[in-house]
Amino acid sequence: MFAEFGYGILVVSFLVAIYSVVAAVYGATNKSAAMVESARRSMLLMFPLISLSAAALIYLLVTNHFEVAFVYEVTSRSMPTYLKVTAWWGGQAGSLVFWSWLLAGFASAVTIRKWERDIEFLPWVIVVCSVTLIFFLGMVVVFENPFTRFWLVAGNVEPHMFAPLNATLFTAADGNGLNPLLRHPGMVIHPPMLYLGFVSYVIPYAFAMAALITGRTDDRWIRLTRRWSLWAWLFLSFGLVLGGRWAYDVLGWGGYWGWDPVEIAAFMPWLTGTAFLHSVMIQEKRGLLKHWNMILVILTYALVIFGTFLTRSGVLSSVHAFANSPIGPFFMGFVSLSLVTSIALVIWRWPMLRGETEMKSMLSREALFLLNNLLFMSVLVICFWGVIFPLVSELFTGQKVTVGPPFYERATAPLFAALMFLMGVAPLSAWGHSTIQTLGRAIWKSAVAALVITAILFATYTQNIIALIGFFLIALVLLVTVQEFLRGARARQKGQSENFFTALSRLIGRNRRRYGGYIIHISMMLMAIGILGMESFQTSTQGSLKQGEALNISGYTVKYRELASWDDKGKGVNFTRATVDVYKNGIYLGVLNPRIDYYFDSQQNMTIPGNRSTFRDDLYVLLVDWQPVSSMGATFKIFVNPLVNWLWIGSLLFLVGIIFAAWPDRDPAEEPARAVRKASQTSAAD
Amino acid sequence: MKKVLHTLIFTFLLSVLFTGVALAQSNTPPTDDEVNAVAHKLYCPVCESTPLDVCPTDACKDWRELIRTMLADGKTEAQILQHFQEQYGARVLAEPPKEGFYWLIYLLPPAIILVGAFFLFRSLKEWTKPKAAASVLGGAGSESSPEKDSYLARFEEELKKQK
Amino acid sequence: MTEEKTDTKRGVSVTAQIAIWAFLVGLLALVGFGLNRARNPMAVIGDPVPEFNLVFYPGYEYAGNKEMKLSDLQGKIVVINIWASWCKPCEQEAPDLEAAWQLYKDSTDVVFIGVDYVDTPAGANEYLTKFNITFPNAPDLKSNISSILNRQMGVPETYLIDRKGILRQIKIGPFESVNEIQTMIQSIQ
Repeated sequence: MFAEFGYGILVVSFLVAIYSVVAAVYGATNKSAAMVESARRSMLLMFPLISLSAAALIYLLVTNHFEVAFVYEVTSRSMPTYLKVTAWWGGQAGSLVFWSWLLAGFASAVTIRKWERDIEFLPWVIVVCSVTLIFFLGMVVVFENPFTRFWLVAGNVEPHMFAPLNATLFTAADGNGLNPLLRHPGMVIHPPMLYLGFVSYVIPYAFAMAALITGRTDDRWIRLTRRWSLWAWLFLSFGLVLGGRWAYDVLGWGGYWGWDPVEIAAFMPWLTGTAFLHSVMIQEKRGLLKHWNMILVILTYALVIFGTFLTRSGVLSSVHAFANSPIGPFFMGFVSLSLVTSIALVIWRWPMLRGETEMKSMLSREALFLLNNLLFMSVLVICFWGVIFPLVSELFTGQKVTVGPPFYERATAPLFAALMFLMGVAPLSAWGHSTIQTLGRAIWKSAVAALVITAILFATYTQNIIALIGFFLIALVLLVTVQEFLRGARARQKGQSENFFTALSRLIGRNRRRYGGYIIHISMMLMAIGILGMESFQTSTQGSLKQGEALNISGYTVKYRELASWDDKGKGVNFTRATVDVYKNGIYLGVLNPRIDYYFDSQQNMTIPGNRSTFRDDLYVLLVDWQPVSSMGATFKIFVNPLVNWLWIGSLLFLVGIIFAAWPDRDPAEEPARAVRKASQTSAAD
Repeated sequence: MKKVLHTLIFTFLLSVLFTGVALAQSNTPPTDDEVNAVAHKLYCPVCESTPLDVCPTDACKDWRELIRTMLADGKTEAQILQHFQEQYGARVLAEPPKEGFYWLIYLLPPAIILVGAFFLFRSLKEWTKPKAAASVLGGAGSESSPEKDSYLARFEEELKKQK
Repeated sequence: MTEEKTDTKRGVSVTAQIAIWAFLVGLLALVGFGLNRARNPMAVIGDPVPEFNLVFYPGYEYAGNKEMKLSDLQGKIVVINIWASWCKPCEQEAPDLEAAWQLYKDSTDVVFIGVDYVDTPAGANEYLTKFNITFPNAPDLKSNISSILNRQMGVPETYLIDRKGILRQIKIGPFESVNEIQTMIQSIQ
């Protein structure tokens, strides 16, 4: 009953989406406000509708309805309830419904706002959102239906949505269960965050398309979507960081980023999204770059869609990829349609996108922002080419190749270094004009201090030149950014005769965007410390130990004490847990318990590290089964990951920074309107 | 006769010495770390995008043992990588080999980036050209001196602080 | 003052447009190719099998030849069995394959060729000795043969090629019995 209901609702939503497109286009072309309003209402309806279907699916997942094919695929009796809920996005069909649900949520939210000033955008925003929904719902309804059930037909078990002739429902005793790697609290938040990031970029794209179609190519579309873009960027950034943390916790590879094609597919829209964040400021402040901003937002959306397609179609070889699916050609049609339409619209409206002002100097903030964009686009080119190249190679040579971490790290490191340098210089550059002299005067103190810090590090910590350059840049950015806070606060202090702390808090309160941005820069530098530590100084060793023997690495001694192995029938797991004693330079630090969890239903292992975290480094111990593990002897792989926790600390500060920057303050363009409303309210009250 | 005998004994002792040295070399098997160092540069030929040093399957264990054997035989890392490439194809290497068609992956990005940089600098040059003609026509482009601009900037800064 | 004098209302130049659309078409074609390969990874039944080389394991040559091409076997029925020493289901069918080979080895009509998929020579040797395999065997060098027959090769798989070099049948998974192998060969004899 729930399955039929869930599927029926999805079909209804699909039809309503089609209706809203038709009504919106008709309303826009025939100037019928009533039709546009009807389209808006049908768009508003999408979220409640799809929520009902999602609720049905979750109900089926949580109550072990194994006759439903999707439920059988991704859940099993031994999974805890919260994981059964997350299994909603644990397989292709369910995750497409999840995508649609999020998109419907955003689309419905967008229709709730006040549209009076921008009523001409409304129909086209509806069209873009609805067309995207039509495609995703279409894929679910036709190709990847999570509500199909198993039927016994003439001795064979087949999946169908509705009962075939003379068939009976077939219910398996237990399901397959999620891949053990996915049975982790990270499953609760990493995919939703990423999907939120992907889906929320549809809204700025929709407004950009509306701007192109209506010819309202001024700043309005950017101002309307500024906060959407910021939140989209937040979700995407967080999704990426969470993925890294999750990989670090359960993958057992000792790292947090593998340059896997699907990871890169999520990273690419982040690159253009970051470039977009910066370049819209140029358009807002100086009226420049309308073409470029339009291109960037289209590129971000295109990369989201393209990345989603690559992940799900089987085109790429990846640890993250979904199993092969029939949606490939259909999805590719959607990607082609989106790209062709967007490019055609931009080319059509190209002349209208001309800016008004010119640039004054090559070192002005606009110019430096443009350089920032060039660097981000360069990283994008490297990532895109690396992802695409195995296909190219197969087409032209017949041989597949692997493009792995060495390629990406080598190529992008200098670009990231240049970006960091820009982070240190750009805040000191003024809008409109700067010279070498003004910049030099503003930066020399921080530069000297950064050099001193680097020299100290050289003497006490490391002689690695690359790492020292990295530390210099990090120190430079931190000092310049903190200096900005101090300078602003002091100037305000003098001007307003407040004490320092009031001045500081008022300063950042009145300029949330700028200082939120600076907090984000600082958080990025903290993350850079973590990344630098891992990339430059990570050490590892592996060896087989008998009980009582020890491995030494980077001052740590890890001694194998004992092993315990037991079954947990309730969880469906066999645990093999080692106990090791940890010493550093002779001092006893404690005990770690690396584990191997063997899942009976999927016959797969999970290696869970024993990890000791400090600000200085992580001692990360893995139990490895190259040789059979027993209490006689076990193989351990040990990583020492210096500074890695600054990556996670930085990401927390990043969250603070972005919430701060995005916190709604009054839209200055609405000041006159607000004043009028206030005046009319007070006069009405008389 | 005596000379011949001495030469024979000397040769015999020398060969014993060399054999002993050779035996001593193959007696210490390569450590897991040494195997991992080479395996890190390879990808599992059958699994999806999994580096060979972390791959958990039985097949990967066999390949790592193959690396261990080859290291014990005195093969260098380059020779082992070459062997894997010949046996299993270029996809088993962590990055495409620097030969023939594969040069494209290394050369194209710098080329594209340089083109992008060229376009950027050309646009910047155009945008920062002093627009003398525009001011004659009374166009929107203003021709201001650096002092005027910095004054304007400070003034705007003050305005913002007043809010 | 005419608008054509200033360049502020210029559209996208024709060269740029051609470049943009060419790039897009190229990209979509490339991805389309990749998608096609992903969805149709196997050689097609009814089509001729593309040429490949076989470099036999020492002691497992065919008719004294250390190396040969697939086309050299035209005029015979070729049974290509893909296996690996690390593959458990392969061990299941190995005795049956050898027994079937014993039935056909004296006829000049049918050839069994074993292709060892991403394997180590030591492992291969151990496997072949363990099951007393006598039919010709070659490693899948550079994974070339498997990329021709099935881009998503699994083991074991068996490919039946007729006398004209056309692919006639594909068996995924291990054979259940010698009879099954015989039936397959007889169907095109």
